Amino acid sequence: MDLFLDALVWLLSPEQYTGEGSLPQRTLEHLSYTASATVLAALFALPIGYFIGHTGKGGTWIVAMTGAARALPSFGLILLLVLLLGVSQRVTASLIALVLLGIPPLMAGAYSGMQQIPRSTIDAARAQGMTEWQIVWRVEVPVSLPLVLGGLRGAVLQIVATATLVAYVGLGGLGYDIIQGIPLRRFDQTIGTALVIVVVALALDAMLALATRVATPRGVRQGRLDDVRARESGSRSAPVATVASSPEKEITQQRKNT
Amino acid sequence: MDWLANNWALVGALSLDHARISVIPIVVGFLISLPLGWLAQRFPVTRGFVLGGVGVLYTIPSLALFMLLPPLLGISVLSELNVIIALTVYAVAIMVRTVADAFASIEPSALRSATAVGYAEWGRFFAVELPLAGPVLLAGLRVVAVSTVSMVTVGALVGIQSLGYLFTDGFQRRIVPEVMTGVVMTFLVALVFDAVLVVLGRIIMPWSLVGHTPQRGGA
Repeated sequence: MDLFLDALVWLLSPEQYTGEGSLPQRTLEHLSYTASATVLAALFALPIGYFIGHTGKGGTWIVAMTGAARALPSFGLILLLVLLLGVSQRVTASLIALVLLGIPPLMAGAYSGMQQIPRSTIDAARAQGMTEWQIVWRVEVPVSLPLVLGGLRGAVLQIVATATLVAYVGLGGLGYDIIQGIPLRRFDQTIGTALVIVVVALALDAMLALATRVATPRGVRQGRLDDVRARESGSRSAPVATVASSPEKEITQQRKNT
Repeated sequence: MDWLANNWALVGALSLDHARISVIPIVVGFLISLPLGWLAQRFPVTRGFVLGGVGVLYTIPSLALFMLLPPLLGISVLSELNVIIALTVYAVAIMVRTVADAFASIEPSALRSATAVGYAEWGRFFAVELPLAGPVLLAGLRVVAVSTVSMVTVGALVGIQSLGYLFTDGFQRRIVPEVMTGVVMTFLVALVFDAVLVVLGRIIMPWSLVGHTPQRGGA
């Protein structure tokens, strides 16, 4: 426990908050890597995911890709890209690696979000005289929003974790003080920074969880475990939404590799 | 390719280390997840507690957990045990939700039938619930196995011998084929683990194949 006390002392000492490499600066760097990688990944992944979800073509491709992406070691990917593009391009290389990691969960979210919309809903929209574009923008995109946000949550979680590793190639971020502190055995510094990383990761995740909850219309609570007990007691015919082996569940299952 | 030709023995040894370090979190994580996941879907009170808890653990980046576990458990940051325990935590964090889903997806009528033909609580669990949950459990275990193999590489930052060593060593010495070999071999080890699990699943649960080719009418 002494080590945690040391870490707290380190966290509270004023030198952590001024000058080059201060904690606020590292946090800001970390958040800016995370934000830019997430935005770029979304710009790339969402249109493709929506297209595949709308047309229904290429779904197996997404399932295969998200599966394969889980096996790709993100740390190795960063180092490989930095070496291939040259150390002077390490910001671009690291960003590409982070974007690549964010794409699969976002694409899977957009695809499965559209896939799980009942056909009758789309048929109803078409029967109302909506054009194909209107169906996409006014029905499919809004209804799929909760699952897209779920995908966004998975992407951010992955990117914020992996962004701790870019310090190894000489970039900043919150991983810097850990990676620099391990060989020096500065455990007050490594543990203190680790606590900050945990707080940042949990705060981002909580914000996105809240956004998902707000974006979920009442009644659209698919894939939740809430209905299980009701189903088992058999007292009312709750919607059978929880089938864990369904393809949507399979591909939105999050990955974790940093 | 020259690099690989001169270092295949190192690559082989690191791959074995990598596989050895990966196996323990996968197996132990599964064994811990079974009761936790079952508990999570059985009672509403435990559900929020267990699923909320693993959700928080899952969110913690691995580099941070590698730093936080040692002071909590009184072990060395640079020990293999540190990485193995951290990866077990993640295995549990991923698997518990799947276990809960797997048991929740069992048809209640099947459970009532089992009780009706005389299965008591424990007998029903092992003879009916576990086999029916099997295919979903296997799917979750495959996700756990692949991400565990991939995460072991981060252990290189705390000095653990695995294929991740090829990343740090190759980067410092600017040897592209070395880093490339590390990425490819990690991918291959993950594929082998996945294939082993699929084959084990076929052997242990031969009935799960029926789901893929629905047969109507009897023989």
